[in-house]
Amino acid sequence: MLEIDALEIDALEIDGVCKRYGDVAACDQVSFQVRAGELFGFVGGNGAGKTTTMRVVLGVVAADAGEVRWAGAPLDHATRRRFGYLPEERGLYPRMRVLDQLVYLAELHGFGVNQAHRAAEDWIARLGLREHRDAEVQRLSLGNQQRVQLAAALVHDPEVLVLDEPFSGLDPLAVDVLAAVLRERAGAGVPVLFSSHQLDLVERLCDRVGIIQRGRMVACGTVDELRAGSGTTVVVHAPGAAPGWADGLAGTTVVGVHNGRVRLRLADGVDDQAVLAAALATGPVREFSHHRPSLVELYRDAVGDGS
Amino acid sequence: MTARRAVWLIARRELHARLRTRSFLIGTAVSVAVLIGFVLLQSTVFGAANVTRVGLSGQATVLSGSLGEEARTRGVDVRASTVRDPVAGEAMVADGDLDALVTGPPAALRVVVGDTLDENLRRALNALVQQEVLRAQLAAVEELDPDQVLATVADAGVDVRSLHAPDAQRDQRLAVALVIVALLYLSLLLYGTMVAQGVVEEKSSRVVEILLATVRPWQLLLGKVIGLGLVGLAQLAVIGAVGVVLATATEVLTIPGAALGTLVWGLFWYLLGYLFYASVFAAAGSLVSRQEETQAVLLPVTSVLVLAFVLGLGLLTRSPNGTATAVLSVLPPFAPILMPGRIALAEAPAGQIALAAALTLAAVALLARLGGRIYAGAILRTGPRIPLREALRG
Repeated sequence: MLEIDALEIDALEIDGVCKRYGDVAACDQVSFQVRAGELFGFVGGNGAGKTTTMRVVLGVVAADAGEVRWAGAPLDHATRRRFGYLPEERGLYPRMRVLDQLVYLAELHGFGVNQAHRAAEDWIARLGLREHRDAEVQRLSLGNQQRVQLAAALVHDPEVLVLDEPFSGLDPLAVDVLAAVLRERAGAGVPVLFSSHQLDLVERLCDRVGIIQRGRMVACGTVDELRAGSGTTVVVHAPGAAPGWADGLAGTTVVGVHNGRVRLRLADGVDDQAVLAAALATGPVREFSHHRPSLVELYRDAVGDGS
Repeated sequence: MTARRAVWLIARRELHARLRTRSFLIGTAVSVAVLIGFVLLQSTVFGAANVTRVGLSGQATVLSGSLGEEARTRGVDVRASTVRDPVAGEAMVADGDLDALVTGPPAALRVVVGDTLDENLRRALNALVQQEVLRAQLAAVEELDPDQVLATVADAGVDVRSLHAPDAQRDQRLAVALVIVALLYLSLLLYGTMVAQGVVEEKSSRVVEILLATVRPWQLLLGKVIGLGLVGLAQLAVIGAVGVVLATATEVLTIPGAALGTLVWGLFWYLLGYLFYASVFAAAGSLVSRQEETQAVLLPVTSVLVLAFVLGLGLLTRSPNGTATAVLSVLPPFAPILMPGRIALAEAPAGQIALAAALTLAAVALLARLGGRIYAGAILRTGPRIPLREALRG
C-alpha cells in the first residue's frame, strides 16, 4: 500500500542523509518522506539534527552521503528555487522595507515584477503586516519580524515548504493564523516539513511525525502508528489494593502510580484480562482503561532518558 | 530564471539600497562642494597670493619700473606702490597690507619685511643694487659709457636648446593628475569597503541563508560587486564632470580636453581597479561575522591602497617618467591609481598602458576565482573569524 502511494503521490524524500561535523554525526542515515499535501512534524531535542537535515534539503549544507529527492528526481538548484525555507537563524536585510524585501525575494525565486508585488501585498495582508509594509525590518518587533520571515518563505508560492521552528516567537493569534496557512498550503498539495518543540501543537496539526535523536530517526509515522508501536498501557484504579500489588505481574511493567491509579505497560501478547483479574483479586476495581499516550509521552519513550 | 537575471536582481537591489540612502546623496553633494571650494580657492586666493606687494619710499621710488621687470625674470609678480611716509609703510608691513617696504638710495637699499624676504625678491633687489653700484664704478672709468656696458652685459646669456617643446600646461596637467589619483584612491577605498560591509551585513543578519537557498554564492557576490561598482562609477563620473566643468568655467583649467580625457581614463581604471580590489575586499569580509571585526580584516587590503596613493603622489610629482614609476604603474595593485596619473601627465607610453591593463585584467580573473572560492567557503560559517586556509578548503 505504501509503495503504491509513493508511486502515485509526489513526495519529498530524504534518503540516507549523513553529515558529520568533526567527530559529531549531526545526521546519521536520516531517511523519511513528506508526501505532497502532508503536514510533517519534525521533532527532536536541541542538537538532534533537525536543522542540519533541513539545511541539507535546501542545499545550504552539502551532505556527506545520501540524497534528497522531490517528485522522484534528485534536487538541483532550479528545483530548490521553488522551495520555501524558514531558516532556524532568522535573517532579513535589516534596513530594507518590508514590502521591498518580499518583492525582492519573490523575484529572486523567479516571479515577475507584477506577480511579485501582488504576492508580497497578499502575504503582508494575510499575516497582519499591513501597517508595517513600508517600515524597515529592523524597526519591527521580534514577533512582527518573524511574520515577515514567514511571508518571505511563503511569498513565491513554493512547491515544498521547509520551516525550522516556524511557531517559536509567535503570539497565540499568530500561531492560529500560521496553523491555518500551513493547513491551507498542505490542502493545496504542498508537502510541509516543519520542526517544533511544541509537541501538543505538532500532535494537533500534523499528519505524520518524525522523531530524531542524536542524528538518527528513532520514530516516524502518524501519531496513531507511533502509539501502536509503543505497546499497550493500561490504567487500573483498585482502591482496596495494597501498594505494590501490581509489581511482579507476569509480562507487565509499572510505569507510574498517580492518585492511586497504577499505569502498567504490557509486553507484546500479554492478555489485559489477566491484569484485570489480578486487580479484581485485590478488591473492587473502579477504573480499568487503555491509555492513549500523548505525543509528549511517545516522544519521551522514543528518545529514552538519555536525551 | 537565468543566472543573469538573478545577478541583475541582486545588483539592482544594491543600486536601489545605496542610491536611496541619504548618506550617499549627502556624500556626493559634499564631495562636489569640496571640489567647488577647491577650484574657487585655486582661482581667487592662490591667484592673489602670487602677487607680492612692495611699497617704495623716498629715493627707492625710482625703482618702480625696474623692480617689476627684474622681479618678473625671477618669477615674482611684484605690484609696486609708492609710500610717502616710511613709518606708515612699516606699519603697513606689520599689518600685512604690504609684503615688503623698500627705502634708501638705489645703491644701498633697505628692506623691511614681516619675517623673511622672499628669496627671488631678494635676488631681484640685490641685482638692482649691484647694477647701481656697477654703474657708479663704471662712471669712474673715463672712456666707458656705463649704460652701453650694462646693456652689453644684460644681452649676454647662455644659448638654450630644448629637446622637447616646452609644456606650458605642465602645472595644470600635474594638478589634474593628482586630482584623479586622489579621486580613484577614495573611490576604490570607499566602494571596496562597501563590498566588504555588504558581505558582512548579509552574514551577520543571516539573510544569506535564505539567499543561498535561492541563488548560488557566485551569483550573490557578482551581483553585489556589479551593483556597488555601478554606484561608484556614477558617483565618480558626476564628481569628475562637475570638477572639469567648474574648473574650465572659472578658468582655473585651460585644458578642458585633456582634463576630460583624464576623467574618461580615470573611469576606465576605476572599473579595472574596482574589480581587482572588490574580490579581495569581499573575500576578506566573508571571513568575519560581525561588523566590528571588519576593519581589522580589511587592514591589509586598505594598506595596499594607501601605499599606492602615497607612492602615486610622490612619484607623479617628482619623476613621472622614472623607472620606478614605470614599473610600479604596470603592477596590478598600483596600476589603477598610478597609471591614470601618468596618463594625465602625458607620460605613459601606449605600450605600458596596454601592459598594465592586461596585467590587471589577468589579476582580476585570478582574484575573482580565488576570492569567489574563499567567499563560498566562508559565507555560511558564523562565529569567530575563519582562517583563510579553512575558507579555501571550503
